Amino acid sequence: MIKFILNNTPISTDKHSGTILLDFIRYHKALTGTKIGCREGDCGACTIMVGDLRNGQLHYESMTSCLTPLGNAQGKHIVTIEGFNGDGLTPVQQAMVDEGGTQCGFCTVGFVVSLQGFCLSSKPQTYENAIAAIDGNICRCTGYKSIERAAQRIVDHLGNYKGQDKMNWLVEQGYLPAYFKTIQQQLETLKAELPQPITPQNGALTPVGGGTDLYVQRPAEMRKTAINHFLDQNELKGISRKGDNIHIGAACTAEDLRSSTIMQEHIPNLHAFMKLVSSTPIRNMGTVAGNFVNASPIGDLTIFFLGLNASIVLSGVGTKRTIALKDFYKGYKQLDKQQGEFLEEIIIQVPQQPIGFNFEKVCKRTHLDIATVNSALQIKLSGDTIIEAHASAGGVGPTPKYLQNTCNFLKGKPLTEATIQQANEVIQDEISPISDARGTKEYKRLLLRQLFYAHFLTLFPDRIQLAQLV
Amino acid sequence: MKNIDSNTHVRGESIYVDDIPPRQGTLYACVFDSKVAHGHIEALDVSKAEAHPDVVKVVTYKDIPGINEIGGIIKDEPLLAEKEVHFQGMPIAMVLATSEHSAHEAVKRIEATIKAHHPIVDPREAHAKGELIIPSRTFRLGDSENAWDECAYIVEGSAESAGQEHLYLETQGAYAYPTENGSIRISSSTQGPTQVQRTVGAVLGLPMHKIEVDVTRLGGGFGGKEDQASAWATFVALGVYLTGKPVKYILDRMEDMRMTGKRNPYVSDFKIGLSNDYKIIAYQAEYFQNAGAAADLSPAIMERTLFHSTNSYFVPNVTVQAHSCRTNIPPNTAFRGFGGPQAMFVIEAAITKAAEEIGVPASVIQKANLLKEKDKFPYGQPAGGNEAVDSWVRAEEKYDIKALRAEIDAFNQSNQLYKKGLAFMPICFGISFTKTDMNQARALIHIYSDGSIGISTGAVEMGQGVNTKMVQVAAHYLGVDPSRIKIETTNTTRVANTSPSAASATADLNGKATGIACNALVKRLTGAARKKLGLSEQAVITIKDEFIHVDGQQTELGWEALVQFAFLERIALTENGHYATPTIHFDKEKEKGHPFAYHVYGTAITCVTVDCVRGRYEFDYVKIAHDFGSSMNKIVDLGQTEGGLVQGIGWMTMEELMYNKEGRLLTNALSTYKIPDIYAVPKEIEVDFLESDKENMAIFKSKAVGEPPLMYGIGAYFAIRDAVKAFNPQAEPPFSAPFTPEKVLMGLYDGKANNVESVPVGAVKAKG
Repeated sequence: MIKFILNNTPISTDKHSGTILLDFIRYHKALTGTKIGCREGDCGACTIMVGDLRNGQLHYESMTSCLTPLGNAQGKHIVTIEGFNGDGLTPVQQAMVDEGGTQCGFCTVGFVVSLQGFCLSSKPQTYENAIAAIDGNICRCTGYKSIERAAQRIVDHLGNYKGQDKMNWLVEQGYLPAYFKTIQQQLETLKAELPQPITPQNGALTPVGGGTDLYVQRPAEMRKTAINHFLDQNELKGISRKGDNIHIGAACTAEDLRSSTIMQEHIPNLHAFMKLVSSTPIRNMGTVAGNFVNASPIGDLTIFFLGLNASIVLSGVGTKRTIALKDFYKGYKQLDKQQGEFLEEIIIQVPQQPIGFNFEKVCKRTHLDIATVNSALQIKLSGDTIIEAHASAGGVGPTPKYLQNTCNFLKGKPLTEATIQQANEVIQDEISPISDARGTKEYKRLLLRQLFYAHFLTLFPDRIQLAQLV
Repeated sequence: MKNIDSNTHVRGESIYVDDIPPRQGTLYACVFDSKVAHGHIEALDVSKAEAHPDVVKVVTYKDIPGINEIGGIIKDEPLLAEKEVHFQGMPIAMVLATSEHSAHEAVKRIEATIKAHHPIVDPREAHAKGELIIPSRTFRLGDSENAWDECAYIVEGSAESAGQEHLYLETQGAYAYPTENGSIRISSSTQGPTQVQRTVGAVLGLPMHKIEVDVTRLGGGFGGKEDQASAWATFVALGVYLTGKPVKYILDRMEDMRMTGKRNPYVSDFKIGLSNDYKIIAYQAEYFQNAGAAADLSPAIMERTLFHSTNSYFVPNVTVQAHSCRTNIPPNTAFRGFGGPQAMFVIEAAITKAAEEIGVPASVIQKANLLKEKDKFPYGQPAGGNEAVDSWVRAEEKYDIKALRAEIDAFNQSNQLYKKGLAFMPICFGISFTKTDMNQARALIHIYSDGSIGISTGAVEMGQGVNTKMVQVAAHYLGVDPSRIKIETTNTTRVANTSPSAASATADLNGKATGIACNALVKRLTGAARKKLGLSEQAVITIKDEFIHVDGQQTELGWEALVQFAFLERIALTENGHYATPTIHFDKEKEKGHPFAYHVYGTAITCVTVDCVRGRYEFDYVKIAHDFGSSMNKIVDLGQTEGGLVQGIGWMTMEELMYNKEGRLLTNALSTYKIPDIYAVPKEIEVDFLESDKENMAIFKSKAVGEPPLMYGIGAYFAIRDAVKAFNPQAEPPFSAPFTPEKVLMGLYDGKANNVESVPVGAVKAKG
């Protein structure tokens, strides 16, 4: 039995846990406000809010229901547009109406739900965060300007909030129906009744995190697959520092990574890098471990962590081993992973002295797109000499590429434009891009050269000049 | 007035086809389509699909009771392939099953053996092989051949623009059920309900009166549902005919992208000649339109290309020729601008190339050649009510072009890693269907005995706000509050023989028809008021603000009382208004005439910043002076302008539609075909409402606004080019849109790459 609250209604269903939540909402519950645009998390027309208790606090985040398995709704509050509608319009809805933020209306609900979620969010309620809340929503009619104006209106209105009980205030101001005030209590009761989740080592079940890849690749199959829903398994959650290492649990999402203070301390530009990765709702769903196991040659987080020289812990039934992430990839979509093994944890070393780290990504559309080429570089200097380097690149071969030869070449070299140019020649010898819908192989070669140069131009703007490189 | 659909849109209560509650016994359709672009079907095995427990029937062309034909302009497109397939995605069979999932499963079990022939994807190849949809057409003004001698500068070149996926957020779809006596009612996501009705009637062998088509609204159309919605509606109607059950088919995104046509890609050659003072003396262009596998609307699109060959410039000697080339990709179709943008891109490329060779900014040539009042277009119509120069000057002055240029120069001087570029984009777009007989519309108005009003027109609401404008028109003429008025669904049983909602002309045509109907009702109602109030024939009676006014003075007689009185007096409270655009005509033999009711003008200034390390770019601003005539709804018209611009920028930048040599669409999902997201749009879009009270034939003199702003997006291409050349003056990027980050980076390092083999980026139409 899967139990959750859908808007203001408790749900208890014996439907297959792999059922797509969007289908459940539209076809089983006849809530047609949530729209179907693409079924691959790329348009946001099916955006819903998901409320969950975290450390006793009710916390809402946006997800695309097209990629969410029903099993991931277990013990949560699922909110569709119908769950936000009151007698009149909410300030969010009113702002969209007043600014002409809706034309054909098909994407509108997704925008409204995302903005309602922004209002519920504990993040600083700035204009930038309002826009970030809708960065997973695509509109083909408006050109977004009217929606930006609506977002500004909402931010202005939220400025009236002065620190009182947030939920009460939102209800009083007409943002939310009154039933929202009962959700915390309802979820606490519901959580207490739920069975303990299955252990991650159960090899008979297919592990599914946020569903953001499996439900794009094979949705029909997933509807019938026996699933180990690991996204909400507490022992796999959390980012912690133990000595010189940072440990990241398999169930950590990209958003968990982005908002982690431990990670931000280690990588000050983390927010800027993560803005290049997918969109807000997908980051709320997709796990770091899932990105690794999916083995896409252009997985952003894989490339990111290859540059951090990460290790992974694989656990099977009664076995546990740690390997370097770079050794995980054996060929196109081939992994050093035994049947029944589960990627349990990611470990990165935190050096004593500060390091230079940079992440680059270029695609046809800068945001909410899959990389044409992405790359990360971690570099350690002693004076003017490179003493350690970890470079990675995606989109230039059959696997996410750790640029081993390039790293070897850089070690011990002086930090000069000549070194960087020579390193590029090593890169060009160890990559094998192909032409596809994202670009020609010639372009990918040039682009990786440029991104490699960009690492140095970004990390050492006073020492490295573009004019000396090209 | 705000869009009347806003409240239900933001609450998720607006109804689209997929939201209609399913009737009991509904079957779900799914089409099996060709995986081969050109070939002969040697065998088709549907037995495994038929064996699926949930499958009710598998339909092939043999089951069609009428004619197997859906072509609108030319009868060259079967609904279901018989022996030959002409594009990947061409329907071959249809499964009807008791669930959507089962229908999809069963389609995967169908096996077709197709002997593949050589597919053509390049329109030049099609042209060389004589594969033309219609005979080529040529527009002429003056004598370009003999004008080259007068020119101080002559420049030749080529330009190509790729296709564009409509990407309406709501995919194609329809839902039909049987009514009595063999009739069928269809809810369709179509811009052309009558076209659906006509097509279904022909395929089923039924008279049109047995087919009722109803449209509540569309989740976006952009031209993609003008002709191309008909196939899906016909499939479900055919399913109803064959099974007697309700049938529904909503395409999933990949089916939609794979099986439907898009904006026509064009490759073109140009030759332009200028005088010493930068006047364009002569212009020649030859357009190779990629029509795809069937005519669809391509002949009309090709015609509009010819009409817009000189954009907003006067050129005394013009020869432009267009070929509609048959290839093996899905039949291409209408898309906002309808061939106009493709033509404008070519002349802008010609001007830019000339400017680069002469060594002046393109804007100098653009400005020197803008249309003046009474100048003639190559097809003979004078450019009346012309705002070409006014909008240019307004943009220069209002936005202080000198300051803008100084800012860009200063930035480029002091930055090595980033460069800015600027472009002007003037537009001139003709309003009317170029097929003169389509310029007609009707409106049916009921005033109910309680004073409420229901209006049906031929207009289809798809986000453009046409229903809102209809309310405004009726409220104005009837003198009532807009809240009294309801706009009904668009339905072929209430308003028949309609033109599709297209050509930016929907509000004009249906608005004028609504106005005519209102005036007839007002005449009867004021007659009733005269009787009720006992007034003389000399008294001037009007209805305003819900009250009857006599000689300008408000009386006690209100709207509801008057309607009730008129009803009891047995006065007809229903009226059908009919409008046909006057003046317009066109002679296809001479290729001369007066095809447009009027033109829309404007000028945009676009500024971009290119990241010269990574090849990415961001638009700083687009500043527009647009000719709205006298806007009747600024919030709707501003939305159309901003939205159209961004769609045009998408076409020119990131929307890269790619087919491989086998005719397979490579960019077949939202993960590979990218349209602008909120971070990709210009940081600032400024729109100046250039209002004028010059006479025009628009409703309330509020000019059509659907298509023209899209063409401002062309400025994005030329702004990027300007920035690339600021970084690398040697760069000669081909005039090939879209200007993707790939082409930008290749341009930035063209001849500069020191250790990477740099190759020019070839045609986007065929890769891999």
